[in-house]
Amino acid sequence: MPKLLQTEYLEVIAQKVRHHIIDMSTNGGCFIGASLSCADIMVYLYCEFLNISKKTLDDDNRDFLLLSKGHDVPAMYATFAEMGWIEPSRLKNHLLTNDHIYWHPNRNIPGVEFHSGSLGHVPAVGLGVAMDCAIKGKSNKVIVITGDGELNEGSVWETLLVASAYKMNNFTLVVDRNAFQANMATEDLIPLEPLIDKFVAFGCAVRRIDGHDFSAMHETFNGLPFSEEKPNVIICDTIRGKGLPSIERRADRWFVNFNMNEIIGLHAELDGGNIATIDSEILTVR
Amino acid sequence: MDYQQLIKETALDNERMIVMTAENRALVRELPALLGKRFIDTGITEQTMIGMAAGLALRGRIPICHALTTFLIMRAFEFIRTDVGIPALPVKLSGFIPGFLSDANGPTHQALEDVALMRGIPNMEVYCPAGQEDMVGMLPDIWSSESPAYVRIVTRNTGYDHAPFEKGKAEIIAFGDDINILVYGFLFSEAMKTKEILEGKGLSVGLINMRSLKPVDENIITQLAASGSLMITMEDHFICGGLYTIVAEVLLKNQLTATVLPFAMKDKWFRPALLDAVLEYEGFTGRQMADKILMTYSNKIKNAQYHTI
Repeated sequence: MPKLLQTEYLEVIAQKVRHHIIDMSTNGGCFIGASLSCADIMVYLYCEFLNISKKTLDDDNRDFLLLSKGHDVPAMYATFAEMGWIEPSRLKNHLLTNDHIYWHPNRNIPGVEFHSGSLGHVPAVGLGVAMDCAIKGKSNKVIVITGDGELNEGSVWETLLVASAYKMNNFTLVVDRNAFQANMATEDLIPLEPLIDKFVAFGCAVRRIDGHDFSAMHETFNGLPFSEEKPNVIICDTIRGKGLPSIERRADRWFVNFNMNEIIGLHAELDGGNIATIDSEILTVR
Repeated sequence: MDYQQLIKETALDNERMIVMTAENRALVRELPALLGKRFIDTGITEQTMIGMAAGLALRGRIPICHALTTFLIMRAFEFIRTDVGIPALPVKLSGFIPGFLSDANGPTHQALEDVALMRGIPNMEVYCPAGQEDMVGMLPDIWSSESPAYVRIVTRNTGYDHAPFEKGKAEIIAFGDDINILVYGFLFSEAMKTKEILEGKGLSVGLINMRSLKPVDENIITQLAASGSLMITMEDHFICGGLYTIVAEVLLKNQLTATVLPFAMKDKWFRPALLDAVLEYEGFTGRQMADKILMTYSNKIKNAQYHTI
């Protein structure tokens, strides 16, 4: 049995992470919808599941998390700030040239394993890291977080074919299934369902859970590897913009750049206050 | 020693080396049995191979990736640029049948822009040995460095005793007073023939093996331009972005000019056929190139005389 889960602690951290994400959605803005959908997954993995700490970043035996859907990086940096990997004050450097905190992850920030931004690359990079672990005979886990829109990229499926051929059960693809890609619902553009069947057909051992339910995540991730000879896929059903009803599940809340009044309103909304009034033109197609 | 023997010895000797292929085992047939898990064939998946190589290099490995050049560097171009180039990881690309060496395969297999594409990636080094002996002399240095590198693989022997390799340096076979040929890759052998034919006409002909294209030996280019001799560039590559372009860039950077006659594919793919027939059809045999050079050289002399009258 996995150790007792400190759900309340994770909820507190996740709430703080969401406040940081709101703060990064002004003065140039950020991809807030994806960051909020992924926040709980990120917090669970770093704060609870993965064998990684600031001290063990150079350790061969630690686990690895690679973020392939780079738009989630505010959730990642906010989690790092809460874990003490980076000074929380650095988040204020978002989009400034005095730091490296911009719209996609990069290795100048301690804890980031690999840069991303071009979709469909990092599953292969993560598989390479997993292969290195396998050659060394180690059992560390390598987790790659992809978006669901990212599954449009053929290279993701190519990599799963290879992972499956090499029976890479130390490799896990986590899909942040928030049902949107950029400015469209996934099922309105390139439908992905039935998604479980697709991954199963590619030789993966698949689980599908609620990506905002820490208990479900705890039970599922602690079941890794799901098989002796298959790569693992965990589809996390999530809500784009989770935590802020004013922007949840909306195609036009992909990239946002809020004004200060909206930011104040959103912080209050996140803490259970009234729904924030959003006046600014925030549909940004990038 | 051939390529396979070299890679076998190098990889057996060094746990960091990983031999990868996107189902092109022509040069590494004996390695799966020898290397075990350090031999990885990803199947026909150039993108995944390069992404995995980046992941392996991230963990301290030195992956040597094999595939036909055209698929290795073009199908996976963005993976090379983004996953290998940006972090400057020591991934080594071995491109098989580059340039004319794809002979009768047709334009899908003709890598005539590989030098242009690879040298355009920051941090990437580009090497084009003249033949197998030259290549085997170069690879230990290339593989043991911490830089990403692309190598045009050539398995034909030149029969020439090449000087030891030095990164960023051309191999000077000879300097000429009248004509100097700059060449890379397997056309080196044709260039040798060209040199011999022109010398038979009483000309002083130099020959430079430009095996290190990035970093390139700028000194040799500026030196030859300053000498006032006719410069020849020979390459089985599009004229855009290869040696001719490199020479132009170096000359402009140094505010120099020169008479340069390029042999390259001028905005077209070559007629697919067996290699000797390709050379003949496209005008790249030693004899054909000598004839053309002679004509240009005579014009250069005539013009020079005209201007001095």
